Amino acid sequence: MNATQFLFWFLSVVAIFSAIMVVVSKNPVHSVLWLIIVFFTISGHYILLNAQFLAIVNLIVYAGAIMVLFLFVIMLMNLNSDTEPQKNKWLKIAGVIGGGALLLVLVAALKDADIKNQLAQTGTGDIGLIHNLGIALFNDYVIPFEVSSILFLSAMVGAVVIGKKE
Amino acid sequence: MKIKITPAIRAETKRESMPVNYYIFLAIALFCIGVAGVLTRRNAIIIFMCIELMLNAVNLLLVAFSKMHHLALKATNPNAGIEGQLFVFFIMVVAAAEVSVGLAIIAMMYRNTHSVDVNFLNRLKH
Repeated sequence: MNATQFLFWFLSVVAIFSAIMVVVSKNPVHSVLWLIIVFFTISGHYILLNAQFLAIVNLIVYAGAIMVLFLFVIMLMNLNSDTEPQKNKWLKIAGVIGGGALLLVLVAALKDADIKNQLAQTGTGDIGLIHNLGIALFNDYVIPFEVSSILFLSAMVGAVVIGKKE
Repeated sequence: MKIKITPAIRAETKRESMPVNYYIFLAIALFCIGVAGVLTRRNAIIIFMCIELMLNAVNLLLVAFSKMHHLALKATNPNAGIEGQLFVFFIMVVAAAEVSVGLAIIAMMYRNTHSVDVNFLNRLKH
């Protein structure tokens, strides 16, 4: 087992454990902190795949901005494990069975797929570098890029309109 | 289109690659944990966080497939597979916009009902 494989398994185990902890934590603040660990491990996977730009953007946008927004809202509402709404036990069991059944179906469908002998390049390859991504983004994807800026503007206006007291 | 990898290419790249089905199963596991979280929790913010988890599982899979495509086609096209990473970039953009609006809606719901329990929203039925 070389270093890449070791890092892959380590990051995968940490990611899955943290994702489970996001779901089972009673306190919403702990859920947010576990989710930040998941985002860090996914950024680690991006670095392993040499998608350096996406790794940094994932850290800045998700672990930085979005999770701070979540924490801010949770602390604004003063949520903790005492105010956590409890679901019926049978509904919880049904939810876990539903998720597990989806897992089973997807694994069973894909375990013999044609694609399983393909390899994903790790550590080398320069399509993930900001130079190449920037050239592709501003040559072939200028229109979607500008449309996304309009989307951001409308999201900002929408958040202010929804959030203001009537 | 079928991507062919000859044994020679495989031997050359064996050291610097992972089988893509490991990434598929990792992404499936994260996605299904997100689905189970949406189904089992009643706190609107946790449900929202589980949706973010599912989005990230899909992003990881897109990047892995982009690198797989690049490895197979880099001889003919040095930029093969770059579209996958740009898609991930746009998914992150849309997710950021979605979170800002969604959290505003949750904050408004909390102001009206003093709870983040999604079951309070069942009066939308009537």
